[in-house]
Amino acid sequence: MNTEHNTSGQQLLRGMRDGLPIALGYFAVAFTLGIAARNAGLGPLHGLVSSLLVNASAGQYAGYAMIAADATLWEMAAMILVANARYFLMSCALSQKFSPETPFYHRLLVGFDVTDELFGLAIAQEGWLPPVYMYGAMMLAMPGWASGTALGIAAGSVLPARLVSALSVAIYGMFIAVIIPPARKDRIVGVFVALSFLFSWLFSVLPLVRDISEGLRTILLTILLASAAAVLFPVKDEGADA
Amino acid sequence: MRHSIWTYILVMALVSYAIRVTPLTLIRRQITNRFLRSFLYYVPYVTLAVMTFPAIVTAARSPWAGGAALLVGVALAWCGQSLFTVASACCLTVFALELVL
Repeated sequence: MNTEHNTSGQQLLRGMRDGLPIALGYFAVAFTLGIAARNAGLGPLHGLVSSLLVNASAGQYAGYAMIAADATLWEMAAMILVANARYFLMSCALSQKFSPETPFYHRLLVGFDVTDELFGLAIAQEGWLPPVYMYGAMMLAMPGWASGTALGIAAGSVLPARLVSALSVAIYGMFIAVIIPPARKDRIVGVFVALSFLFSWLFSVLPLVRDISEGLRTILLTILLASAAAVLFPVKDEGADA
Repeated sequence: MRHSIWTYILVMALVSYAIRVTPLTLIRRQITNRFLRSFLYYVPYVTLAVMTFPAIVTAARSPWAGGAALLVGVALAWCGQSLFTVASACCLTVFALELVL
């Protein structure tokens, strides 16, 4: 982990380096998203703009489905709220990663692209979050996501299924790279990562709870398990660094 | 069609941005409450872990390849390999195994 103080240029490059695998994974996922968007009646430009502005896989899937269903705008807003509610929790956690000296507008810009993957990058940073690092990652991730969607709509199924299959695990590989080193260092984190795996799996197979959507499952289990951890093992240090 | 596609996209964008930026703009100071601090400390690890498994197993076409990618990823991350290495190794594992499975 890089702990030394770097110049903005180095932070930007570091962000781009870490953003590259995200961009590749995004491209593959967005390509399949584009196929769904095409079925909902969207053109490539619709796909490009919606991906640039929304930046949410499950949220966009749900949104395109609402467009196809000719939903009301309120129904659309409610659906996006539910599908993207986990970003609210992530942004709460992220709010603590900004140094008090960081100008306010950085929060507005970084907040534009709080996704599962970029959030993963942000919390993997030791100490305060350098906004420029996030911009480096966003510079690659956002075009990857948007161009993938547009190409998916335009070209349908050109990318070989085998390649899409391989690229689709890139995002999870990234998550693993973010959560495992802290799990090794802090035994409590390790235990709760294992419990998260266990409960997430149980919620996907057990009757009744398996009908809960993935977005809602993520929110419920996060609140449940993180609260349990906070009650049983409150963090001790008063330092700013999480 | 009840509304233009562009109107729908505008609503999607506004709601998504509001969800993300509200906590970032409202929570400006360091939280001192011990429970909240602890809760937010654990949130990222729990969230990312919940999203990773079992999703990684079902993401690939072959669940065996997805499962193998999980093991390879955890092993490499445990040894302190970089984000890029871990993510690439997961992809290569799936690609290689799906050639033979």
